[in-house]
Amino acid sequence: MKIVVCAKQVPDTTEVRLDPVTNTLIRDGVPSIINPDDKAGIEAALQLKEKCPGSTVTVVSMGPAQADVALREALAMGCDEAILVSDRAFGGADTWATSSTIAAALKKIGDYDVIITGRQAIDGDTAQVGPQIAEHLGIPQVSYAEKLEVEDEHTLVVQRQFEDRYHIIEIKTPCLITALAELAEPRYMSVGGVFDAYREKEVKVWGLADLEGYVDTANIGLKGSPTRVAKSFTKQAKGAGEVLKDLSADEAVEAIVAKLKEKYII
Amino acid sequence: MDFNLSKEHLLVQQMYREFAENEVKPLAEEVDEKEMFPVETVKKLAKYGMLGIPFPKQYGGQGADYLSYIMCVEELSKVCGTTGVIVSAHTSLCCAPIFEHGTEEQKQKYLPKLCSGEWIGAFGLTEPGAGTDASGQQTKAVLEGDHYVLNGSKIFITNAGYANVFIIFAMTDKSKGTRGISAFIVERDFPGFSVGKHERKMGIRGSSTCELIMENCIVPKENLLGKEGKGFAIAMKTLDGGRIGIASQALGIAEGAIDETVKYVKERKQFGRALAKFQNTAFELADMKASTDAAQLLVYRAAMGKQEGKPYTTLAAAAKLFAADNASDVTRRCLQLFGGYGYTREYPIERMMRDAKITEIYEGTTEVQKMVISGAMFK
Repeated sequence: MKIVVCAKQVPDTTEVRLDPVTNTLIRDGVPSIINPDDKAGIEAALQLKEKCPGSTVTVVSMGPAQADVALREALAMGCDEAILVSDRAFGGADTWATSSTIAAALKKIGDYDVIITGRQAIDGDTAQVGPQIAEHLGIPQVSYAEKLEVEDEHTLVVQRQFEDRYHIIEIKTPCLITALAELAEPRYMSVGGVFDAYREKEVKVWGLADLEGYVDTANIGLKGSPTRVAKSFTKQAKGAGEVLKDLSADEAVEAIVAKLKEKYII
Repeated sequence: MDFNLSKEHLLVQQMYREFAENEVKPLAEEVDEKEMFPVETVKKLAKYGMLGIPFPKQYGGQGADYLSYIMCVEELSKVCGTTGVIVSAHTSLCCAPIFEHGTEEQKQKYLPKLCSGEWIGAFGLTEPGAGTDASGQQTKAVLEGDHYVLNGSKIFITNAGYANVFIIFAMTDKSKGTRGISAFIVERDFPGFSVGKHERKMGIRGSSTCELIMENCIVPKENLLGKEGKGFAIAMKTLDGGRIGIASQALGIAEGAIDETVKYVKERKQFGRALAKFQNTAFELADMKASTDAAQLLVYRAAMGKQEGKPYTTLAAAAKLFAADNASDVTRRCLQLFGGYGYTREYPIERMMRDAKITEIYEGTTEVQKMVISGAMFK
């Protein structure tokens, strides 16, 4: 089974700071990590590989040259190959342009059976790139996966989390799965894995020229991005809330109603 | 001269930190309080390759290098001195002498099991009457046909309660003094070998420190490590390497104490402001940070010396001398900044202070390091 994981390097903070003028992320001084849902996807892929001997795991990331270290980390966890899709022409991409570009890289890889992406990245929270890739490639997808089983060589069974229920879905390969962080607890890198990642394995870098024939240049980078950010701002922190403790049900109702009245809400 | 870590060292450091924070730190208090050897943690260390870091893959090692091993002991010791010394004693005192002095058969037989963590290693040199004066070995080994018979006892042996393989030193020819000492690879279940009482210690309380007893212990001839009479040289060379590990443990303890103290002084308020706002606090911590950075440079220099095959005896001695002294000094001063809370077992700082002390004593006391350094100066 050829498994491909799409992973993004993100700033290690839920408090993403934005440049108010350019509306882009301020990356300086913020340590970078593999996006948590994507890391769960890497772990799920490695577990699939262990269940299906002879499988390989390729990890693909689109980003600047610094994303190399995230790919080395994936290699150190046990991935076999790493591809960094990187070119100035891809910069400033929204989810449409990103998914178009990554789909092009996947078309170039070609013989994949399973593609795993994280559900969403902690810096953008759109949850759009994974599903869009599946649409570009014309393959079936299951999003919000929290369990993944192999039924046979060409069939997976995925448990999809919904707000109020689970869906158990059987899906034929090739397919795309978007992983929740709950899907798998990521392993640590191993010491030998780290050294192999730098000394024995390589991170291939694919630029625009490498994807020629697989992507329409109208769909890449800032120019190929239909999304426009109208305005961005950092939310002001609210004051600490008031906690009412040790009240009976009746007292609690009374207290809440009194508060709502006080604020002229009711 | 380049003081930057390579990319692989930066990434492996990140891994050690994540592992130490998530897997080691949460247990550190319990390990100390209950004098508990962290069996489950050791299995996890093994799983991620931390019990065979600097050895080649052909012997089951990770194919990494000496600096990355030393950095592992440092990061583990930041949160738990016990866990740090388990890795150090296993790697430096058992795996290393087999790798450096063993025959191909010995390496094939022992290193894969040690590097995978299936077996834990230990080192038995110290005796009741032979501490700093290691030449006063009373344990005897007599060759009888295809095996040696060992009689004697060892004390203060790190990892002993859980180790499967021990590097044991014994006199094969008393008349030759130190040139009559030989080294042996002894398995725990060899006839006549037993592990005695467990020491109740001031610090590193989860580390298993026991007595070893050999009563007509049968050791196959092929388990002689190196040549007969070369044991003392093997012991001294092994301790040179071990000292870098202990220096790194001391370094980690000091760094961990500073981390805890910085966090504390930013939160703790007295006289209406955070302790960090007092010049005494700031200057104390600045002083400790500078000396701990100096310790790190000495430790890494010694590690690189060994890695590059240069003479490193005095580098290791200087690293251990300085880092151990610094660890005791820093943990004591950090505790002072914590005040009364630091003296309670609610905070980790008193444990760190107790753990630091041993680094001035084992694998060559501070005084021995001074003998080694000055001896080389006066040569």
